[in-house]
Amino acid sequence: MGNKSSLLLREEEIAQIQEATGFTPNQIERLYSRFTSLDRGDCGTLSREDFLRIPELAINPLGERIVNAFFEESGNDRVNFLQFMQVLALFRPIKKHSPNRLNSRQEKLRFAFKMYDLDNDEMISKDELLAILHMMVGANISEEQLNSIVERTIVEADENGDNMISFEEFCKVLERTDVEQKMSIRFLS
Amino acid sequence: AKKREYKVFSVEFHRVETPFIIGIWIFFASLAKIGFHMAPKFSKMFPESCLLIVVGVVIGVLLFHASSVHVSPLTPDTFFLYMLPPIILDAGYFMPNRLFFDHLGTILLFAVIGTIFNTLSIGATLWVLGKSGLFGFTTPLLDMFLFSALISAVDPVAVLAVFEEIHVNEILYIVVFGESLLNDAVTVVLYHMFETYSEMGPSRITYMDLLSGLGSFLVVAIGGTIIGVIWGLATGFVTRFTNQVRVIEPIFIFVMAYLAYLNAEIFHMSGILAITFCGITMKNYVEANISHKSHTTVKYTMKMLSSSSETIIFMFLGVATVNNRHDWNTWFVVMTIVLCSVYRIVGVMVLTAVANRFRLHKLDKVEKFVMSYGGLRGAVAFALVLLIDPKHVPLQPMFVTTTIAVIYFTVFIQGITIKPLVKILNVKRAERRKPTMNERIHERIMDHIMAGVEDILGKHGNYHLRDKFKRFDNKFIRPYLV
Repeated sequence: MGNKSSLLLREEEIAQIQEATGFTPNQIERLYSRFTSLDRGDCGTLSREDFLRIPELAINPLGERIVNAFFEESGNDRVNFLQFMQVLALFRPIKKHSPNRLNSRQEKLRFAFKMYDLDNDEMISKDELLAILHMMVGANISEEQLNSIVERTIVEADENGDNMISFEEFCKVLERTDVEQKMSIRFLS
Repeated sequence: AKKREYKVFSVEFHRVETPFIIGIWIFFASLAKIGFHMAPKFSKMFPESCLLIVVGVVIGVLLFHASSVHVSPLTPDTFFLYMLPPIILDAGYFMPNRLFFDHLGTILLFAVIGTIFNTLSIGATLWVLGKSGLFGFTTPLLDMFLFSALISAVDPVAVLAVFEEIHVNEILYIVVFGESLLNDAVTVVLYHMFETYSEMGPSRITYMDLLSGLGSFLVVAIGGTIIGVIWGLATGFVTRFTNQVRVIEPIFIFVMAYLAYLNAEIFHMSGILAITFCGITMKNYVEANISHKSHTTVKYTMKMLSSSSETIIFMFLGVATVNNRHDWNTWFVVMTIVLCSVYRIVGVMVLTAVANRFRLHKLDKVEKFVMSYGGLRGAVAFALVLLIDPKHVPLQPMFVTTTIAVIYFTVFIQGITIKPLVKILNVKRAERRKPTMNERIHERIMDHIMAGVEDILGKHGNYHLRDKFKRFDNKFIRPYLV
């Protein structure tokens, strides 16, 4: 498999992706072989169905939203390898001395924020928060309890009194969270 | 014959002797503890464990001169059956599960490979030094290994006593503390293995025996863990039905965890692992079942039992030091302390280098230092060395003395200096606070994101496994236990 994928991926492509994302050539080849195995139609791009065919992702409460993040990057309904890599680059661990482009704390937080902010107005509204909690907790918690959780959450984070959580407020409440650690993956090299 | 008459007053101390003395012990140990906290300057400089040992020594000296009866309250049986379980249950029950499982790889590496490395290297070096005639007596190889097996394990009681006070950051804490808990299986196996070998004599050991030693390690570790998990699940199941009789809820938690420990000990499996995992397992389900008041009772009773046991252990260590059977050999003591420290440092260096290759959070220099420095030895080693039969191992009295010396070294020198060192080196401290609602929700979201990304990558990492377990738990276990 490794051989096949390295045949398909030309050297200048690897260099270009390395430049754009910061992955090492080894990691790029590894991820490319994953990319091709997800690509059932062998057309060099991935569709939504290709992603959602991953069984665990399909039952992940955020599965669809995570997949959407890939398509937001591409702007249409196919994702090519570079776009795929650009999203994944966000989850690279932050190294002390290398410049942070795609994987800075800010970018990681931005990704998490977008999971809530479906209408892209840079605000998490009460309904958006409620919707996401619904998906996470299932039927165990009553509607009333959920509502009060949402209200408490917003009051806690809201500083300017607009009953919504802006990105700045979002960053502020997570000030003490080790986002760099929590939203990083060790890519095998 | 003399006429029996009804006495208004009579003295019968003998009848209550044992429980009375135990009561007095606990009373004085607790008084001593109150005393330390009344002298804040004192208790800031010294860890409590040091002060308790000192009080123990003082009492020991008094007893030694006052009575001809030899008082040795710290027998292996009382230690392993009554004093150790509460401490470990407390640790297991309040274990931060997530942190523990996130760092399980590193913890296991240290607990298993690290302890084996320490045992073999300390044992072999002592043997070589013995050959050179430094100690002035012959040092049989197997006896040296038996001794190194019990001296090389990091002790959970000592680690808890010291680390609870210095509040280092959670990763450091869990790695050192997790190691001290999980290495129990290794210690138990190595100890029994070398004990049997040295009874058999070196000439009759075959490769089969070495292999069964290796096999028994897996049995002891996995067996203990499974026994613990089963009792933990059973506790969850039983507490499901206690909502009519709330007062007995804590009983089940304590008794069933204790039974898990004893159950593992029956089969010579790791009791520490059993009770740790029993606590880890039951917590999730029990907390959903029991009332709020029972939960408070459980929490405080557990804390009380474990801290009293800890107090008593350190005091008894002090008392047990004072006896006339010491066999002091300066070179042996010095070399043991040096080797314990040196190999601990070497082990930490090598193993963190290995672990860092697989870790997201790399352990840095300062953390490595605290990890090597936190390798404290304690009462488990002492109880184990008392268990050695002097008939088979004539060097046993010297081992006892040396073990006490090592414990004193780690508890006093390391225990006292670790606090200032942590300050000087600027080790990240733990902050104790409850997560806010926002943090709880957003961190859950991050978990789901990361599980999703791992699935896209086809990587079976921590998030993926946690996700899988949670789904399994919600579907198949929770409905029956909660």
